[in-house]
Amino acid sequence: MKKTVILGALTVAGLAAGAASAATLDDVKARGNLNCGVSTGLTGFSAPDANGVWQGFDVAVCRAVAAAVLGDPMAVEFVPTTGQTRFTALASGEIDMLARNTTWTFSRDNDLKFEFVGVNYYDGQGFMIPKELGVSSAKELDGATVCIQTGTTTELNLADFFRVNNISYEPVPIETNAEAQQQYLAGACDVYTTDASGLAATRASFEAPGDHVILPEIISKEPLGPLVRHGDNEWGDIVRWTLNALIAAEEYGVTSANIGELASAPGNNPEINRLLGTEGELGAMIGLEADWAQKAIMANGNYGEIFEKNIGENTPIGLSRGLNAQWTDGGLMYSPPFR
Amino acid sequence: MTTMTDPPGRGFRLSQLIYDTRYRSMTIQVVAMILLMLLFSWLVSNTIHNLQNLGKDFDFGFLSQPSGYDINQRLIDYNSQSTHGRAALVGIINTVLVAFLGCALATILGVIAGVLRLSNNWLVSRLMAVYVEGFRNVPLLLWIVLIFALMTESTPAPSAFRGENPDSTMLFDVFAITNRGVYIPAIHFGTPFFDNGFFNWLLVLIVLGASIFGIQRLRHWATEKQEATGARPTTWYFILGLLVIPTAILMVLMGAFWDIPSLQGFNFGGGIHLRNSLIALWLALSLYTGAFIAEIVRGGILAVSKGQTEAAYALGLRPGTTMNLVILPQAMRVIIPPLISQFLNLTKNSSLAIAVGYMDVRSTLGGITINQTGRELEGMLLLGLFYLVLSLLISGAMNIYNASVKLKER
Repeated sequence: MKKTVILGALTVAGLAAGAASAATLDDVKARGNLNCGVSTGLTGFSAPDANGVWQGFDVAVCRAVAAAVLGDPMAVEFVPTTGQTRFTALASGEIDMLARNTTWTFSRDNDLKFEFVGVNYYDGQGFMIPKELGVSSAKELDGATVCIQTGTTTELNLADFFRVNNISYEPVPIETNAEAQQQYLAGACDVYTTDASGLAATRASFEAPGDHVILPEIISKEPLGPLVRHGDNEWGDIVRWTLNALIAAEEYGVTSANIGELASAPGNNPEINRLLGTEGELGAMIGLEADWAQKAIMANGNYGEIFEKNIGENTPIGLSRGLNAQWTDGGLMYSPPFR
Repeated sequence: MTTMTDPPGRGFRLSQLIYDTRYRSMTIQVVAMILLMLLFSWLVSNTIHNLQNLGKDFDFGFLSQPSGYDINQRLIDYNSQSTHGRAALVGIINTVLVAFLGCALATILGVIAGVLRLSNNWLVSRLMAVYVEGFRNVPLLLWIVLIFALMTESTPAPSAFRGENPDSTMLFDVFAITNRGVYIPAIHFGTPFFDNGFFNWLLVLIVLGASIFGIQRLRHWATEKQEATGARPTTWYFILGLLVIPTAILMVLMGAFWDIPSLQGFNFGGGIHLRNSLIALWLALSLYTGAFIAEIVRGGILAVSKGQTEAAYALGLRPGTTMNLVILPQAMRVIIPPLISQFLNLTKNSSLAIAVGYMDVRSTLGGITINQTGRELEGMLLLGLFYLVLSLLISGAMNIYNASVKLKER
């Protein structure tokens, strides 16, 4: 009798715990801030600035989501994760979402039970090598020592690339980008391989970036995007459409400069009106205020502004838009319609 | 007529379970048992429930899937098409290797430092005190990272060995010390008896073992002769011959030759490559654990009565002989039990390998495999099981040794 009561109580407690963990939106609102997983420091993508405030391309996604949900882009608790700890941190609920140069793959989506909400950067894996070694192609890297971040897709691509081309290499596994940079500069490895954007960001922080070349081969597709846990579709939708709102804003010409004017009254473009909440009920459909997208865009500007400010051609990292231009400009950035 | 009747039997009442000392201890144990089982059942059901919530199952099938990643240090055949299970095995062998090397060096360092710390020479004893206190009181991780950083930053890259007037040259023309590790010459066999190098080395080891057995018989014979006649026959050249000649003949038959490292492409090739990660981990583990062993040895020696030393001196034994024949054998029974713990500590601490990228089982099975397959629970359970089994094996072997050296009372 007594035992049944205890077991019953335990079951109820277990169910309650399970139900509570499902509604991430309620958790975030109750907590008053968003726990966002980012990398441990990659200039331009996510790194704290001189004042200790996190800045970057991935960080901007976190801030936009926080602005859309809580109305405050600064209400984000950034959790630095390494290639190895990021998925455990997300699966265990330590973070609400992960925005960390993470490649969308089949097994991560299905086997690891995560939900990728979209792509914020189309990337591919490249190689960086000191100019003095005189290597012009990745196929000449037979016998080279390669620094590689463990637990990443780049690690698997690297093994495949060298196996397919029938050349050998010596992998040096490392945890973080900072460590890789230090090892590479000390000459402990000949080559550093990671996503081409990461290479550009790393090279930009060198004292003499000109001494290092990024080889022309891009050996993989690396669609990088934010992800959330599987099973909480409402939360997934919020993160997905926040990212889409940033992309759509650029397409429609909504910028941080003109958003105040556009949002003050319904204009003659119904899609902008629905996006900014001056028309329709889109906000209510995902359980947020009507002006959720407006707040998200105001946090850092639209997708194009975020790109230019953090990693664009006028920054030390100097990445061109390339594949990441809007579909109207010949790129792959394409938001489904807001209707 | 009177009949004796038993005193009226007082039936068992429930309150006796608490107030009757005959039953109380049983009651407490039963209640504690039930609570413990409830706790375990709650843990298990909670785990199952949470896994279901995440949509995950519990399956060890990933061990037979191709791993897809490369491992730099592999003592058995392995490539990126091998299974996760084999990757785990490569890691296990790497863990055992560094644990074995570490335990051996730590024991040597520890015994020397422990004995020297008791030295009458002020400088020597203070130097040892600095070593012991320095390593004992700073976290192991710092030592690992420090040694690794020193080796990476202060040694030349392989490119410095290149060209007409290289910046660096090889030590004795056979050792290359670079920031990627130390390359030392290896012995290879030209006309192998077996294709597999492992079996060739096994053959050499068997012959060497037979030689050592022969030497022991020879010593035994010499001792018997000494006891019978009073004069010990000179045996050292026989011993030397037995030790060297059979192995040498076998090696020549097998066409053994030195494989000296040389610059090939980006790196040195040939020889044996001792990676910086292995060296850093090995040295740091040995120095750190050695400091603890030194204290254990010092304690063991101090536990032997001073009268033993005085008695040995009175017999005319020199200090070195006294230490080896009188003090250390007696100190052993105090030293060995805590020494076992230190070996276990060292073995488990080898999992800090991840800090320098040494591919031990924590990095392969417990790191990359878990990360690529998302099987945290299964991987960690296997990892825990492995460390448990390894620790029990070490502890078992050391306890057998302990039983053989402990004080025999008659």
